[in-house]
Amino acid sequence: MPRRDDISKILIIGSGPIVIGQACEFDYSGTQACRSLSEEGYKVVLINSNPATIMTDPMMADSIYLKPLTTASIKEIVEIEKPDAVLPTMGGQTALNLARDLQHEGYWTKMGVKIIGVNMDAVDITEDRQLFRDLMEKIGIEQCKSRTAHSLLDAKEIVEELGGLPIVIRPSFTLGGSGGGIVWSEDQFERKVLRGLEMSPVHQVLIEESIFGWKEFELELLRDDNNNVVIVCPIENLDPMGVHTGDSVTVAPTQTLTDKQYQILRDAAIKMMRSIGDFAGGCNVQFAMEPGSDRLVAIEINPRVSRSSALASKATGYPIAKIATKLAVGYTLDELPNPITQVSSACFEPSIDYVVVKIPRFNFDKFSGIDEELTTQMKAVGEVMSIGRTFPEALNKAWQSLEVGRGGLGADGYSEPDRKLVRERLLKPFWDRTLQIRNAFKFGTSVEELADITKVDPWFLQQIRYMVSLENRTEGQSLDSISKEDFLEVKRAGFSDVQIAWLLSKSGEKVTENEVRDKRISLGLKPSFKMVDTCAAEFPAETPYYYSTYETENESIVTDKKKVMILGSGPNRIGQGIEFDYSCVHAVLAAQEMGFEAIMVNCNPETVSTDFDIANKLYFEPVYWERVLDIFEHEKPEGVILQVGGQTALKLGKRFVESGIKIFGTEFERIDLAEDRGEFSKLLKRLNIPFPEYGTARNGDDAITIADRVGYPVLIRPSYVLGGQGMRIAVREDELRRYVEKILLTHPENDFLIDKYLDKAIEVDVDSVYDGEQLHIAGIMQHIEPAGVHSGDSTAVLPPYSLSKLVIETIENYQEKIAEEMGIIGFLNVQYAVKNEEVFVLEANPRTTRTIPFLAKATERPEAKIGVKVMLGAKLKEFDLESKLKNWAIKEPVFPFDKFPEVKKELGPEMKSTGESIYFMDNFDDEHFRKPYEFKNLYLSK
Amino acid sequence: MTPATPDHKPAILALSDGTTVKGRSIGSIGTSGGELCFNTSMSGYQEIFTDPSYYGQLMMMTYPHIGNYGTMSRDDEAYKVMIAGLIVRSFSDDYSNPMADGSLQKYLQRNNVVGISGVDTRMLVRHIRTKGVMNAVISSEILDEKKLVKMAKEWDSMVGLELATKVTRSEAQTVTSDGPYKVAVFDYGIKQNIINNFVARGCTLRIFPAEADLKEVKAWNADGYFFSNGPGDPNASSHYGLPMVEYAKSTGKPLFGICLGHQLMALSEGIPVKKMFVGHRGANQPVQNVETGLVEISTQNHGFAVDEKAIDNSKAEVTHINLNDKTIEGLRFKTFKGMSVQYHPEASPGPHDSSYLFDQFLDMIKEAHS
Repeated sequence: MPRRDDISKILIIGSGPIVIGQACEFDYSGTQACRSLSEEGYKVVLINSNPATIMTDPMMADSIYLKPLTTASIKEIVEIEKPDAVLPTMGGQTALNLARDLQHEGYWTKMGVKIIGVNMDAVDITEDRQLFRDLMEKIGIEQCKSRTAHSLLDAKEIVEELGGLPIVIRPSFTLGGSGGGIVWSEDQFERKVLRGLEMSPVHQVLIEESIFGWKEFELELLRDDNNNVVIVCPIENLDPMGVHTGDSVTVAPTQTLTDKQYQILRDAAIKMMRSIGDFAGGCNVQFAMEPGSDRLVAIEINPRVSRSSALASKATGYPIAKIATKLAVGYTLDELPNPITQVSSACFEPSIDYVVVKIPRFNFDKFSGIDEELTTQMKAVGEVMSIGRTFPEALNKAWQSLEVGRGGLGADGYSEPDRKLVRERLLKPFWDRTLQIRNAFKFGTSVEELADITKVDPWFLQQIRYMVSLENRTEGQSLDSISKEDFLEVKRAGFSDVQIAWLLSKSGEKVTENEVRDKRISLGLKPSFKMVDTCAAEFPAETPYYYSTYETENESIVTDKKKVMILGSGPNRIGQGIEFDYSCVHAVLAAQEMGFEAIMVNCNPETVSTDFDIANKLYFEPVYWERVLDIFEHEKPEGVILQVGGQTALKLGKRFVESGIKIFGTEFERIDLAEDRGEFSKLLKRLNIPFPEYGTARNGDDAITIADRVGYPVLIRPSYVLGGQGMRIAVREDELRRYVEKILLTHPENDFLIDKYLDKAIEVDVDSVYDGEQLHIAGIMQHIEPAGVHSGDSTAVLPPYSLSKLVIETIENYQEKIAEEMGIIGFLNVQYAVKNEEVFVLEANPRTTRTIPFLAKATERPEAKIGVKVMLGAKLKEFDLESKLKNWAIKEPVFPFDKFPEVKKELGPEMKSTGESIYFMDNFDDEHFRKPYEFKNLYLSK
Repeated sequence: MTPATPDHKPAILALSDGTTVKGRSIGSIGTSGGELCFNTSMSGYQEIFTDPSYYGQLMMMTYPHIGNYGTMSRDDEAYKVMIAGLIVRSFSDDYSNPMADGSLQKYLQRNNVVGISGVDTRMLVRHIRTKGVMNAVISSEILDEKKLVKMAKEWDSMVGLELATKVTRSEAQTVTSDGPYKVAVFDYGIKQNIINNFVARGCTLRIFPAEADLKEVKAWNADGYFFSNGPGDPNASSHYGLPMVEYAKSTGKPLFGICLGHQLMALSEGIPVKKMFVGHRGANQPVQNVETGLVEISTQNHGFAVDEKAIDNSKAEVTHINLNDKTIEGLRFKTFKGMSVQYHPEASPGPHDSSYLFDQFLDMIKEAHS
C-alpha cells in the first residue's frame, strides 16, 4: 500500500532533555522522522523542550513547539494545529508515555487524531510486565520465572516461590530501568524493593528469577502493514545478563551463535512482534540464552525506536527511523528502496562484513560516593561505536574513541595495575571490564578462569588473549627489527601507533608515536577506507560512509573539490553532549553553503552528525589523533574546524599546528591562550578588565600560599577541562589541601589554578561571534543560581532579568575588547561574575558552547551556522542578526540524581546535569522562574 | 587469525584474470580450484560448507570472523564438506561453544579442505561484482603466483559442468516417518534439512540418486515428486533429470522443485536457464510472493537462473520474484501440478520465512490424494 492520503498533518513528540537512558539518539531518530515525513509531503508539527536538538531546527518541521513535554502542552498544540495523526515512537519512553496517558483519557479519539507507528494496546502490553508475561506464555515464548509485587510482603512471598536470592527487581514504567537491579543479599532486598515500589508510577515491581551470566542479545525489527518483518541487526552483549544493555559492551553482529541458535532468536522475535498488535513501525527485542544450550528467554520488547536501533542503524548503515516512519504512513517494505544502495530493496536484512563494538561512557568521577558496579539500571551517560574488520581492531578503536586517555585496550604507557586490583575489578561488572580482562591475560590468567569469573563468552576472551599475544610479541621487538608482516598484523588488530611505540620501547630505547608513524608509512602501511553499505559489497552503494582498516583496497575516492574536515565531539558525557553535535551538524551545513565539501569525523552513534546523509563524507572513526591524521592525509582538506567539537576536538589543536595543518577561525595559539590563565590575565590587565585574583599552583604548598594571598573561599580548577571537571570550592586550608591532592591524582600533568571565589556574585554567560571587525552578541544570559554553580547546572535567563543597563553595557564592551584583543574569528564565550555592580571576567572560551543551540532556538538566529561561516571567511554584515525573542527564554538544567540514590544533590563548580530544556516565559510570576529563584542558594556546595 | 605467530603456512589465492592475494593457509595443505563465489551469511558457515550445491566452488565468506563456534554434527547438511576451498578474512582457531565437537580447523583438515585466511575478502567481492564470476585456485604448496593464475585459467568452467552425480547418493534410500504420504525425492545434492522438513511433516521418502532407475521410481508409486537442489550447470543435468521430471508429470501427482530441481522443471517446459553475472548467495535475499504480496527473507545459493525474458505464460506463471533484481524466484506450472522455487525454503543456514512452501506441497499431495 502506498502512502496514506487520509492524513496530511502529523504531530511528532520528542524526548525532551537528555537524561541517563534517553539521550541524543532520539534527536537522531526524530530528525530522520521529520525529514522522512517532509519528503513525503506531510506537514510536520513537533513538540520538544530540548533546544539542543537538530529536530527542533526550523528546517525540520512546519511548526515547532519548544514547550514542556506534558499532556497539557500537547493538548494546547493539538487544539491549535489540529493534526490528523501523532507519531509517538521517535521520542523514547517519554513520548510513548505521554501518548499513552492521552490515550487513556480518550483524548486522541475525541480529537480525531490517529496514532501511527505503534498501537497503544501494544504499549500497554509491553509496559505491563504481567500482561507481557501472559502474552508470551500464550504464544509459547519462554520467560524468566517471575511475579509482580505490590508490596514488600508480596515481594517476600515471591522470593520464597522462586527459591531464594539472588533475584532481580524491575519496577514497572520507569526509564532506563530506574530503580531496578539484582539483589544478592537479604539486607539489600528490603531497601531495593521499597525503592522500586516508590519509583514506579503505578507502585509495582516485578520480582524475577536471576539469569545472571546468561548470554544477552538484542534484535532490531521493522514491520509493515502487510505484517512483513525484517531484522535489521542482531547485537550480542559482551557483558552477560546482569548489566543493563545500555551499560554493556555490545558487538554486532552476533559472534558466538550458530545459525540454528540465531534462527531461534529470529523466529521468537518475529513471533513476539506480530503478537503485540498490528502496527507498522520499529521494535526492539531483548533475549537471554543459556550458555551451552538452546534455551532462550525473552526479556522485553519495546515497540519504538531506541538507543539500540540508533546503534543498529549506524552499525549497518540501514536508517531504521527513516524507514520506520515511512512504514507508519502506510508504505510497505517492498515498496521502498534501500536508501544506501538505491539499487536494492529496503525489505531485506543487512549483511555486514566488519565488526562493530559499542562501549558505554560513564561519568562516575562527577559524583562522589557513587556505586560504580554495573547493574540492571543504566548509569552510562554516553557511548562510542567503532568499526573494524575484526573484533580486536574494533575493540582497540573503541578504546581510542572513549577519550579516557587511552591509546587502545591497554599497552599505552599507563601503569599496569597489580594482580590483586585486577582480580577485584573482575569479580563484579565494572565499566572497564575489557581492559581488566586484558590485564588478567598479561598476568597469564587462562580463558577458562576468566570465563568462570566474568561469564563473558570465551570467544571474546580468546580474541583479547590474541591481542595480548600480539603485545607480548611486539614487546620483544624494536623499531628497526619489527618486520612489515608483524607490523601489519598489529595494525590490523587495531593497535595505535601510541601503543606500538610503548611496546617497542619496552626492550630498548624509547620510541615515540611519530617515529612509529614514520616507520609505518615508510613500510607502506597506511589505512584503507571501506564503505558501510548494508550489503557486504554485494551491491554497489553510493553512500559516503566509511571506516578505516588495514586492507589492500581503498574505497574512499577523494574528489578535487575544496574540503573542510570537521571534528565531532565524541561520546556524550556530562559537560559535552548533544549541544556540540548540534553545532557539528550546523558546521557541516555552513561549510556546504560556503561551497566546501564537508568531511565529518565522529564516533558517537547517537548523533545526527553521523547520519549517512548529513556530511558529504562521513568517517565513523575515533576522534583520536592518529585516526584523524590518517583521514586528513587521505582527504587533504584545506583545513580543519575544531571549535564545534568541544574539548575532544580542541585537544588535538596543538598537534594540528605542529603538523602545519590549517585550523579555520581563531588562530590556535589564541584559543590556547584562553586556557593559559597567566597569559589570559595579562591580556585582561592590558585591557583594564577586572578578574578575580588568582594564582597558578603545582602543589599543595603553592596552593595555600595563593589562597592566603587572595583570601578564602577559593576556587580550585585544573586547566584544559570541560564541565568544570575536578573543580571545587574550598573555604579552609585543610579542605584546599585535600582537593589539591585529589587533582594531582587525576590530572598530574597540568598546573592548576586557585581563584578567589566571588561569594554571592551573579554569574553571566555571554556567547558571541566576532569577524575581526564586528561583534555579534548571540545572547547575554543571567544565571539564577549564584556564581560558583557551574554554568551548565545553572538556570539561565535570556535576556538578563536584573542587571543594570550599565552592567550590560560594560559586559558588551568587555566582550568586544576581548574578542578584538584575542584575534577571535568565530565564536567567543565569556563568563562574567557581577558583584556590587562591578563586572569580573571568569573565563573565556573561543569555541561553541553548550548555550549556542539554546540561543539559536530562543532568538531564531542560526547562531552555530553564523559562527562557522565567519570562521570560513564570511562577514557578519551578510547576516540578518535580528532576534525574534519576545520576553524571556529560560534554560533549565536536568540532573541524574534519581539514577544515583546514594549521591546527594548538591551543585558546585563541577557540572552534574545531563541535559536541559528551554522554556519561554512572559513574566516573573511564572513558576519556571519563581521556583529556581526561591531555591537558588539551596544546593550550592563545594 | 588466532593465536598470534600462527603455525599457519603461507598461501596464495590466484584468480583467472591474473589477480593474486597472499594469506595464510587454513585447513589442509594443498592446492584446490573452482569457481570463486561469495556468501553474505553472517552465521551458518558449517551448513554452507556442507551444502552440496556448492560442490566444486571456492567459497569466500564476506563475514570476516569464521570458525567462532566450532563445528557440531547437527549443523552438517551432507555427509562431507562440499566446497572446493575456503577464503576468509579472519579465521578462529579457537572457538567457543560447549556443544561443539571441535574446531573448524580440525574439521576442515579432516575433510581435506584447502583454505586461505587473512585476505581482503571485501576487495575480492567488489572485484567479482564488477568483473563477474571467475575461477580461482588456492594453494599452500605451490607458492608461484604465475603458475597458479595459469591453473585458474585452465580450471573447468562452471558452464556446461555436470556435478550432481558427484554428490548424489550412490543408491536409493528410504527414510520413514509416521505420516501417510510417500514422496519420491531426486537427490542432485540434497540438503539434510530438506529431508528433515519432509519428515517433520509426516512424509516417508524414497530418495533416488541423480541417475535414478525409472523402473524403481515407477515401482515406488509416490504421492508426490520432489526435485532437489544441487551443483553445476542444470543444462548438463538434463539428460538424466528431465526424463524423471517428465515421468513425474505424467503421473498427475504434484511436483515440487528447489534450486536445481526448479531449474530442471523449467527446462522441461522449454524455459531456458542461463548463467548469472554474479549469483545470489546469502541468507538475506528478499523474495516477494506475487500472489500474497508478502515478502520472505530467504536463503539463496545459485549461479544460474530461469531466464525471466523467456517465460511462456501458457506454461508457467511466476509466483515469486527477487525484490532486489526482479529475477524469477518461483514458478507454478500450468500444464501439470507443480511448483518450484529457486531459493531455499529449508533454510539452514538462514531464515525460516519460507517453510510454508513445504506445507503447500503437502496440501497439494493431500488434495490429489482425496
